[in-house]
Amino acid sequence: MLDQPTTPKLIYPDTPPLDNRSLQLRKLVLRAMVGGGRGHPGSALSLIEILRCLYDDILNIKADRPDWDKRDRCILSKGHGCLALYAILSDKNFFSVTELDTFCHFDSILGGHPERGKIPGVEASTGALGHGLSIGVGLAIAAKLQKRKSRSVVIMGDGEINEGSVWEAAMTAAKHSLDNLIAVVDYNKLQSYGPTKQVMDMEPMVDKWQAFGFTVREVDGHNVEELKKAFKKPPEPGKPTAIICHTIKGKGLPPAENNPTWHHKSRITPEQLEQLYQALEEN
Amino acid sequence: MRKTSLNSVTKLAKKDKRVLFIGSDLGAGTMDEFRDSYPERFFMEGIAEQNMIGMAAGLAMDGFIPYLNTIASFITRRCLEQITIDLCLHNLPVRLLGNGGGLVYAPLGPTHLAPDDIALMRTLPNMTIIAPSDAMEMQAIMQQTLDIPGPIYIRLGKGGDPVVFPKGGKAKIGKAMQLREGRHAIFIATGIMSHRALVTAEMLAKKGLDCGVLHCHTIKPMDEEAILAAASEFPLIITLEEHSRVGGLGSAVVELLADHGPYPRLKILRLALPDSFQKNYGSQDALLEAAGLHPKNIAKTLLNTMFGA
Repeated sequence: MLDQPTTPKLIYPDTPPLDNRSLQLRKLVLRAMVGGGRGHPGSALSLIEILRCLYDDILNIKADRPDWDKRDRCILSKGHGCLALYAILSDKNFFSVTELDTFCHFDSILGGHPERGKIPGVEASTGALGHGLSIGVGLAIAAKLQKRKSRSVVIMGDGEINEGSVWEAAMTAAKHSLDNLIAVVDYNKLQSYGPTKQVMDMEPMVDKWQAFGFTVREVDGHNVEELKKAFKKPPEPGKPTAIICHTIKGKGLPPAENNPTWHHKSRITPEQLEQLYQALEEN
Repeated sequence: MRKTSLNSVTKLAKKDKRVLFIGSDLGAGTMDEFRDSYPERFFMEGIAEQNMIGMAAGLAMDGFIPYLNTIASFITRRCLEQITIDLCLHNLPVRLLGNGGGLVYAPLGPTHLAPDDIALMRTLPNMTIIAPSDAMEMQAIMQQTLDIPGPIYIRLGKGGDPVVFPKGGKAKIGKAMQLREGRHAIFIATGIMSHRALVTAEMLAKKGLDCGVLHCHTIKPMDEEAILAAASEFPLIITLEEHSRVGGLGSAVVELLADHGPYPRLKILRLALPDSFQKNYGSQDALLEAAGLHPKNIAKTLLNTMFGA
């Protein structure tokens, strides 16, 4: 039996308050949860600023041409965080925001994990963990072979990187000098059962990625300006980059923050949702 | 068969720039010609098979046709989830060349045997499964692998397998080949067992029993037309495979006939490996014989079935 979860020690206590854009994207997450009556809110809410930064400022993409061959490829390898991805993709007009209301419905394009070919802007079907980085490695090699400038960005969870396949992919990325590959870790320090420190401690996180041949950057994953800086900094030539984002699971919804019981929620009542909307407003 | 298959990949790479080769940690010297001719399309990625599949998926998403090669048991069993999701769900043109399907690695024991590869791959939507009989057929089939839109698993034999592929013959992926006409019964066989079916048929012919041989190099998609026609024409079908009796060719034939029957006068004899781990070593031939899959055992089983002991 694990101890009761404790609030992880954050190395970035000065995170700025969530601005309107961050709140607006969180409302879209809640909207999809209303539509589906379920979801992985905790896992999505730690991702919002990472995805917002990527889609607003970093990725070279065109919403009206999701298969444009020169685009950057972004894979949400922790597919259970898809509510955040759906929020930003709808916000960016990859599909209509009204699709969010159909989340997990029988004939929706938006399932509980994202699927390539169904959802414009989704590069790979993820959900089974530990697949995205290998696919990202393949995409990064393809870009080099085809002499494209496309980058390959793969977002993983801190629990996800328990998977051995992630480290197989990491070795391969370094071997092939994939400086067009960025591995992002959403380090919210809580996996499904409890704190990563107790379930499977991945520390020393920075040393691990460095030892596997990555240039490592560590940032406050809710500080948009810091994230932008980390993503905009050019890679070290010949080395893949890992960006370790210190985040808070459930960020922005006080009842969900740092609370493993909010990893996944089903049968959410309208009253609970109303409370969540109110909690957001109070940020 | 393995050498032919790998040589074919080099030839395909010459004519098509989309062709890549990815190996795990293969024997020294393997694919040297490919590596020397097309170094930028050659990858030897170490003992990390799961990654090899995902990486191939990424490359295929951007227009390449990766040919992967490693030991059949590792590629199918260890990487089942990667194959299911990265290749089959995405329906990507990645080719898996599995060394030593069935009992080829007899001396190395159960960790290296692949008596279940076809069963595992058969459950996957979008997957094409091919088990050629010999090197000649392998060559004919490899030529066609460029154009199939989804993933393909190809089971490689030991090498030096007797050639049954007719000279000047045509092998088409998805189409069974009638290797021998017959009147009394028909073997439906795959891989190297089609040769054993032919040998058995010759033995039985001397006893007045005339058996046909239908060779299914493609197990998925099945040539349903050919198998349904055989079920209508013959009172006895003998399925023959170097594979567990769970989930392989015999299962596929029985499933198809159950869906299309009834065939009230039809008897089906499924000859395959038992649903158990191999306890012995020795050679592929010795293990096949122990499982009753030597032509003389096959003939005896068949005669017992038709005429009683």
